[in-house]
Order: sequence, then structure tokens, then C-alpha cells
Amino acid sequence: MFYRENGQFKTSYRADQQILPIRQDQVFMAILLVFAFAVVPMLATDYFFRAILIPFLIMSLAALGVNILVGYCGQISLGSGAFMAVGAYGAYNFFVRIPGLPLIPALILGGLCATAFGILFGLPSLRVKGLYLAVATLAAQFFSDWMFLRIKWLTNDSPSGSVSVSELQVLGLPIDSAVSKYWLCLSVLAVIALLAKNLVRSAVGREWMAIRDMDVAAAVIGIRPMYAKLSAFAVSSFIVGVAGGLWAFIYLGAWEPAAFSVDISFRLLFMVIIGGLGSILGGFLGAAFITLLPIALSQALPAIAGLAGFEISTVVVSHSELMIFGALIVWFLIVEPHGLARLWSVTKQKLRLWPFPH
Amino acid sequence: MAFFLETLLGGLMAGMLYSLVALGFVLIFKASGVFNFAQGAMVLFGALAMARFSEWIPVWTGIDSLWLANLLAFAVAAVVMFVVAWAVEYLVLRHLVNQEGATLLMATLGIAYFLEGLGQTLFGSNIYKIDIGMPKDPVFILDNLFPGGVLINKEDLYAALIAAAMVALLTVFFQKTSTGRALRAVADDHQAAQSIGIPLNRIWVIVWCVAGVVALVAGMIWGSKLGVQFSLATVALRALPVVILGGLTSVPGAIIGGLIIGVGEKLSEVYLGSYVGGGIEIWFAYVLALGFLLIRPQGLFGEKIIDRV
Amino acid sequence: MSKKIGDFILGVQNISLRFGGVKALTDISFDVREHEVRAIIGPNGAGKSSMLNCINGVYTPQEGSITFRGQSFDHMNSRQVAEMGIARTFQNLALFKGMSVIDNIMTGRNLKIKSSIFLQALRMGPAQREEEEHRAQVEHIIDFLEIQAYRKTPVGQLPYGLQKRVDLGRALAMEPQVLLLDEPMAGMNMEEKQDMCRFILDVNDEFGTTIVLIEHDMGVVMDISDRVVVLDYGKKIGDGTPEEVRNNEEVISAYLGTSH
Repeated sequence: MFYRENGQFKTSYRADQQILPIRQDQVFMAILLVFAFAVVPMLATDYFFRAILIPFLIMSLAALGVNILVGYCGQISLGSGAFMAVGAYGAYNFFVRIPGLPLIPALILGGLCATAFGILFGLPSLRVKGLYLAVATLAAQFFSDWMFLRIKWLTNDSPSGSVSVSELQVLGLPIDSAVSKYWLCLSVLAVIALLAKNLVRSAVGREWMAIRDMDVAAAVIGIRPMYAKLSAFAVSSFIVGVAGGLWAFIYLGAWEPAAFSVDISFRLLFMVIIGGLGSILGGFLGAAFITLLPIALSQALPAIAGLAGFEISTVVVSHSELMIFGALIVWFLIVEPHGLARLWSVTKQKLRLWPFPH
Repeated sequence: MAFFLETLLGGLMAGMLYSLVALGFVLIFKASGVFNFAQGAMVLFGALAMARFSEWIPVWTGIDSLWLANLLAFAVAAVVMFVVAWAVEYLVLRHLVNQEGATLLMATLGIAYFLEGLGQTLFGSNIYKIDIGMPKDPVFILDNLFPGGVLINKEDLYAALIAAAMVALLTVFFQKTSTGRALRAVADDHQAAQSIGIPLNRIWVIVWCVAGVVALVAGMIWGSKLGVQFSLATVALRALPVVILGGLTSVPGAIIGGLIIGVGEKLSEVYLGSYVGGGIEIWFAYVLALGFLLIRPQGLFGEKIIDRV
Repeated sequence: MSKKIGDFILGVQNISLRFGGVKALTDISFDVREHEVRAIIGPNGAGKSSMLNCINGVYTPQEGSITFRGQSFDHMNSRQVAEMGIARTFQNLALFKGMSVIDNIMTGRNLKIKSSIFLQALRMGPAQREEEEHRAQVEHIIDFLEIQAYRKTPVGQLPYGLQKRVDLGRALAMEPQVLLLDEPMAGMNMEEKQDMCRFILDVNDEFGTTIVLIEHDMGVVMDISDRVVVLDYGKKIGDGTPEEVRNNEEVISAYLGTSH
């Protein structure tokens, strides 16, 4: 009844190709943006920002990057943590060695370092795929772990690879309060999400999906697999690298190589699977899910146990988290391999018809 | 020279342990085409089960003999692994039969997380000991050739022997028994095997059971050497390069690959490590595997991967 | 209404292809004239698809060469082949199942899209114009193939006959000079076959596209092709007009299956 395309006729291809062709969607997006930029800062507490919103935003960005590589181009990557690390330490090096370098250029330069690293470790994708490619990306992960621990130059000669940053500013405005950090992350995310959405619906995006779906046929059409795969690695690592920079500079403030271990790589992969492979929206949904789940569990489980009459320690909660994670992954893969994004689009389909059944 | 031999032998022993874990991978992949990322979690789960049961059984039954308690603990742990195998097939694999490899891989990742959580919930998350009575003192050999002899860890030696025995058992199982033959048929061609009446689901349960026991043995040995703790789960990640090197479908490949990686890690750490800051063990195996992926993806003994249009 | 058949445009000379011990093709030579409809027929396993795969650069023959417009090649590079204007459909429908019909056919326009990745990310200027122009071309093809109602449907959800049309559409989007069709009518009923024949003949008529067609339906082959090549067990056993081939002893025995 409310969600209808009736009466919305498109008279040009341009109109038909818009990101949000249905007017209701456009209105919804406008409201969402206003809410995110203006309303949330008025309502949210500092804790909410630091513990929930900021990690959610940064992880959404990283998941977006991973989704481009894994979901759109079909190249399995277990090395996302390494790309985040390169982005973070790269940005750090530029930040520290060039006095007065503003934050945004530092992040972009870090992202470019990650791009180079990504292209290098993406080369195996030209020879192998699937599990074998996953192993190759793990090589990137472990190499990066070692690189930032042992090569002193990369961490400005700090003893265990741990570094910290302070006094960040953008265009003269200091980034120190929770709200300013939130706005920075939100803006970066919004801009990159828009660019990414444009990419996936244009020729490059189609190339990626063609390679994912059937690479031999893609070659016969004239798509160069090398260019498509490496561009996917490049774009993906750039985004993941910028996310890594944000994670380090904004969320952590001080970090060491272990902050970007293989655990983060798995987490990102889970976000993308649960959220929905090959969907920009999926990255957001998956990141929300995985960021909120531990917090929800740490509140809910003791509460449920309290109702049943016994206490649960935090250790048990963290074990339960692992179990629920694992069970959810399996459940999603069996029931809806296309993730939450597919559930969302199915819901929208039903909404279009509501209140009619079909 | 003696030092070189020591390093070499130490590497071979370590490699044997990798091979044990890699065997589990190869078994499951051979029989079902599934790459089991949960193998490491299964090693941890088995080790935890063994460790705790060997503690609890003397308490529950009052048995004194260490040897008997360990034997019983092993038996109970093996049963636990069988239950796990059956549950995995029934709850997960059966529903994902026609999905592509990537989906199955990620499903096993999910199983890995689940087992890690479950293991620690059931058995606790401290560091536990497994004491199967292996002597831990070093032994010196070849002291007629080299002054002072070459040092080998007795524990490693026993571990290697157990691993070798396991491989021999598995080889006999595959070649001589009818179940083994059925497994080989399934590995070759699922549909053909099914069409001659081999029950696919039951076969997969059997394979996961065998892999579970292999994981248990590996867990037992690793746990005896290093203590049973959460980091055991990541041992699977150390063993991945082994299957790449040896070939995902080859049992001898898993052994040889493990030995090569074990030796390579030790030698590279000792002789190259000092030039680049040390600690290269964490990536040496992977970069070696990476090299193989670029030149010879099917590994030393695996079957060539062909793409059909 | 006679059409003008031109000179030789595509040819294969002494092509031999082996997979390990299996000889897929042995010493095959034939040529294709511009604007004609050339059929390749033969029993299953004769090597017809392998022949097309050699032309497209999917397989590399051990011996022989391929000539296109006077230029000779030992082996073909897929991208080069596409750039030269040779397009192809697949026996097993190598469609991109995750994409819609429009997107599938748009991939055929890929070679013609020149804007850089940066412009595409910004979706401005030349990138936006190109998207619209190529979309217009794709819509022409969709009209031609009468699949307008399905344009936004993911290809994997379409029935087999429609998927085959999308496959054809994708190849047509490349505006090819030579179109290689691998069993375009396999698995279709009478009506669908007639539709497909109509499309193929229209393409040949209106755009002058040279058609190389692998097909099992003898009625179709005899009706629409100008010349026919017959393969059996990787060897060429007949070459000529449909009439000549129909009366060829070897061809008859290959199809009626005398013992080899």
C-alpha cells in the first residue's frame, strides 16, 4: 500500500539506472541520512558512540571493501586483517614522518599503501582460486603480522610494533570528542559507499561479477581476467586500508600488530557472509550484526541465566559467543546463503504487494 | 655439522606433527571434496576431551594405573569425536550437499568456531596437561660420528613413531578393508559410488569419524608436548601449507609435505632468521606454499585441477 | 532474394588438438566466407565445440593455424579474438547467473566502454554518457530478441529457452563480424526453434554477420546454411553445400553408425 512503484514511470535510461529508482526509497534514504548526521549526535551517549557506533561504522567500511573482493568478484580473501594493518601503519608512517600532514591525506596514503600490498598478494588469484587462493591470502596475513613486528623501520623503530597517534585534525577542526569522531567516520563511509555503489553498477562492476560467475565466458567476451581481478584487489584493499587507518587512528588510538590478526580477517568474512555476498547493503547489515552480537550477548545471557536462577561468568559468555557465531554462520549458509541482504530484499518484495498476499 | 643434523632432525619431528594434522584435511577432502577448516578445532576438542577425561576418570572410577586411565580417556574421547562427526554430517553437511566449495569451506569455518566454544564450555579453558607417559628426556645419538652426539628429544621420537603407525594403519584400512574401498570410490566420483549403492551419508560420517580420531591423536601428541590450550586450534592454520605442498588429495603427500615444512621452518629460522630480524617461522611455510601455488598448484603429489567449459 | 557472399574471412588450417592421449581434432582445415551461414555438424564427441574453443582462444591447438582477414595465428588470445570481432555462444550457456538480463547483455558491450575506473566511480561526464548510450544499444537487442519483460530478472531464474536468447543477445552486443553459435537450439521445442532460426537469419540478413553454426537438427541445417562442414571423431569427413553433404557416403555412414 505504501511501497509501490505505481505512477512512477521512468522516461530516460538515466532515470532507470539511478541507485534508488523508487521514490519511497529515496525518501527513506534522505530521512536516514538526516537521522544519522543530525539526530543521533543529539541522542547518543559517549559510551554508545565509542563502543557501538564508531566500531560499527568502521567495520561497515571494511566489510564493504571485503565484499567487493569476495562478494562481487568471487575471490576468497582471508587476509583482510593484513590490508587493514598496512593501511594503518602506512598512514601512521606518513603522519609521523611528514610533520603537519592532515588526517585525511594520511589515511588516503595509507589506503594507497594497502592497494599496492593488495595487488601484490592478489597476483596468485591469476593462477588459482577457491581454497588455494584463501591460502595465498593467509600468506599475506602472516607476512604482515611478521612485517610489522620485526621490521623496525615500518613502526618508526618502536620496540614491539606498538604505536600511537594523537592530536588529529581535519581542516583545522580537532577530532577528539566522540561526536567529531563519529562524524568523520560517517562522512568517510558515506562518500566511499557512494563511490563503491557507482563502481559495482558500472562496467567495472559487471566485469567483476562476470569473473565471479564464469570466468571463461568472461574472457571470451573480451574481459581481461587479470585486469578485473587485480582491480578488485586494488579497490578492495584501498577501502579496507582506509578502514584500517580509521580503526587505528580513531577507534584504537594506540595499537600493535596483534590488533590486525587473522581473527579480524575471519570476522570480516563472517560479516560479509551473514550480511550478504555481492551486496553493498549486506556489508552494513553484517557489520551491524557482528558488532552488536557480543554486546547483546553480554547483556542478554546473564539476564536469561538470572531468570533461570544461576550466574554466568564473562568467560562463559565469550565461549557462548564463539558457539553462537559458529552456529549462525552454518545456519545462514544452509537457510539463506545470500545473507541478510536477501532477507531484506524479499521483505521489500512482500512490502510491495502488502496487503495483498501475491 | 652436528648442529645442522640436530636442526634437521628436530625439523623432521616437528614436521611429523604437522603431517598428522594435515592427514585429517586430506582424508575429508579425498572422500567428500570438502576442505575442513574445522580440523584444528577438532584437534583442540579432542585434546581437551582427552586431557579432562584422563583427569576425571581416575576420580570417577578410582583407577590408579596411569596407563589404564589414559587408555580409557582415549576411548571415551574417541567416542566423543564420533558423536561430533555424526552431528556434523547430520546437522550441516547433509543440508549443503550441492553447494559449491566456497560455501562448504565457510560452513566448516563456522563449525570451527562452534567447536572451539563448545570445547571450552564443556571442558574448561585453562591450560591442561596430557601425560601419556612419554619420556621427556633427550637422547644423544651418533656419538661415535660426532663428539657429544646429536641431540634428539625422546618425546619427539615417540611422537614420530606414533604418527608413522597411524599412517600405516590408515593405509591398510584404505587398501584392504571394504569400507576403505568404498571411501576410495566415493573420493573418485560421488555419483558413481552412489549409483552402485554406496550410502553417501554413512560414508561421510565414517570419514569424519576417522578424521576425528586422527585429530584426537594429533591433539594428544601436541597436547602432551605443548600443553592443551586454546592456541592449539590455530595449529590447523600451520598445517594448511602442508596440504598445499603435498597435494590436497594425497596421503603420502601430507606426510612428505609435513616433513618438508617442518625441516624448512627450522632450517630457515636458524640460518636465515638472523638476517631479517628473526621469527620468520610464522610465514615461511605460507610463503613456500604461495610459491607452489604459483608454479604447481596441485602440489607435489596431488591431481591436476582441470576446468571444463 | 540472394545475398552477397563475400571472400574468405575466417579459416582454420591443419588444426590438431590433443588432451593427453585423447585426440580431439586431427588435421582439420576449412574456411568461412563473409556473410555466409556455415554449419558444422557431426555426431557427439566429434570435436565441434573444441573447434570453436580453439578459434576463441579457450584451447590452444598443438598444430595448425587460424586465419582471420588474412592474418594468421598459431593460437588465439581470447581478448584479441573478441577485439577482432568474433563472438560466440556456448553449448552449456555460460551466462552470468548472478546478474540480470540487462547486465548480462551489457557485459557484451565491455570492449566498447572506455572510461577509466575513476570516472566510473564518480559516475560523471563520459562515464554516465557511455552507460546510457550502451544501455540504449542493449535495449535494441532486447527488443530484437523479444525479451523485454524479463530485462531485470536474474538470468538464473529464466527458463532455458530464454536463457539461450540472452546468450545470443550477449554475443550480439559485441557487434561481431563473425558469430560462432554452439548448438543454439539444443533443448528447444518447435516454436522456440523457429524463433531462434528467425533471429539468426535476421542477424545474418540485416547486419551481414557471418554465422558459424554447430547444430544437430538436420532440418535446420539443411534449410538455413549455405555450406556445411562435417566432423567425425575429430576428422573432417565432408565439406560443401547441404546438397553435396547430404549425399556423401561417409557422412551417411557416420550418422547411421556403421561400426568403426
